[in-house]
Amino acid sequence: MIRVELPAHLRNLARVAGEVQLEVAGPVTQRAIIDALEASYPALRGTIRDQVTLDRRPFVRFFACEEDLSHEPPDAPLPAAVASGAEPFLIVGAIAGG
Amino acid sequence: MSTVRVLVGTRKGAFILTSDGKREQWDIRGPHFGGWEMYHLKGSPADPNRLYASQSTGWFGQLIQRSDDGGHTWSPMGNKFAYEGVAGTHQWYDGTPHPWEFKRVWHLEPSFTDPDTVYAGVEDAAIFRTTDGGQNWQELSGLRGHGSGPRWQPGGGGMCLHTIILDPADPQRIYIAISAAGAFRTDDAGQTWQPINRGLNSKTIPEPTAEVGHCVHHVAMHPSRPDVLFMQKHWDVMRSDDAGDSWQRISGDLPVDFGFAIDVHAHEPDTIYVVPIKSDSEHYPPEGKLRVYRSRTGGNEWEPLTNGLPQSNCYVNVLRDAMAVDSLDECGVYFGTTGGQVYASPDAGDHWAPIVRDLPAVLSVEVQTLP
Repeated sequence: MIRVELPAHLRNLARVAGEVQLEVAGPVTQRAIIDALEASYPALRGTIRDQVTLDRRPFVRFFACEEDLSHEPPDAPLPAAVASGAEPFLIVGAIAGG
Repeated sequence: MSTVRVLVGTRKGAFILTSDGKREQWDIRGPHFGGWEMYHLKGSPADPNRLYASQSTGWFGQLIQRSDDGGHTWSPMGNKFAYEGVAGTHQWYDGTPHPWEFKRVWHLEPSFTDPDTVYAGVEDAAIFRTTDGGQNWQELSGLRGHGSGPRWQPGGGGMCLHTIILDPADPQRIYIAISAAGAFRTDDAGQTWQPINRGLNSKTIPEPTAEVGHCVHHVAMHPSRPDVLFMQKHWDVMRSDDAGDSWQRISGDLPVDFGFAIDVHAHEPDTIYVVPIKSDSEHYPPEGKLRVYRSRTGGNEWEPLTNGLPQSNCYVNVLRDAMAVDSLDECGVYFGTTGGQVYASPDAGDHWAPIVRDLPAVLSVEVQTLP
């Protein structure tokens, strides 16, 4: 199971309290995780990535294993610790706005 | 006895204020969607417990929420606002072409007759429509595709389509307004549009009487006279008696004719309200006095309404969608401020009192009069 941690606003929107656990078929990538997340929680569509371009929203960041993976290609494999569920994939609202 | 439900959108959530017809004691519910910018909430005239809300942040984008029980519970609906075809370009602040990019929904206008049909005015300027209760949104692309589109430019708040007025007598006719392109009208249910800006004179643009490019702040109409429109422009209060084909200035004896909000009395189609703001560089009331001005003559002759409003040290603004009226026998008038106050007058503006004082900055106010 893949573990995903959402920022507070998106936890409220998805009506979940803590980490989200997802089944991801095939290689574990940013795109695969977000595809699975949006399939399980349709209310999150458009909040993490643009629905038309599929680009990550500018003030959303992706962290895992103490690394900023935001600028990695969406189809690049994520660290093995994320794929095994040992470490969560963090979706973070950037600190912006003062 | 009738009740009144006031839907308030703020910078940090939505609030629902309810009262009986006396409009003295208020119940305040909220914040709904705390921390999110709530640009607009509006109820369906066909089913008043069906509410739609525009929810957004710079972080997580745009959501549309719907309630089927008068705002007690909400469900997220479809939020895909995709421009039809090639998005094209409009003018940027520096005059260069800039690609059309969806940013947020400023205004939601439900149909008079079908609770599942709603129009959405968005930034960058376009109009969308849902006919399935908010699940799917389609652009009425004839507006953005109007030949003048590449000459539209953003106002200070962005290039937003902020005003949508449906004609209760003619379902084919819709009026919209865009900052800073101007006002437009369709007579074929949104397939084709024409600019309706003749008579506007904007000294802040290179060609003051241009077909498009005017910073229209808001437009209001009385449902009994759908050909008569009242406009608060960046500067100037204007009136049209021919469905926007021509406009006349009705600022008259206002102390200043800059402002954002404008509305019409529910039962007197020539009684109109504005809130003069000192200037476009200051954005607060003249002399620190919060005054609503009322004209009972359809413009030109105005009286200040001050009873119950702060008359010293008041430096709030009243934004374009933050004024509304109820339709009780004695018309109530409501407005919200960027200081977080929502004021109500149960007697058409003669006396005012705050319903609530310390909300986040108010972006929009709508009123439902319920049996």
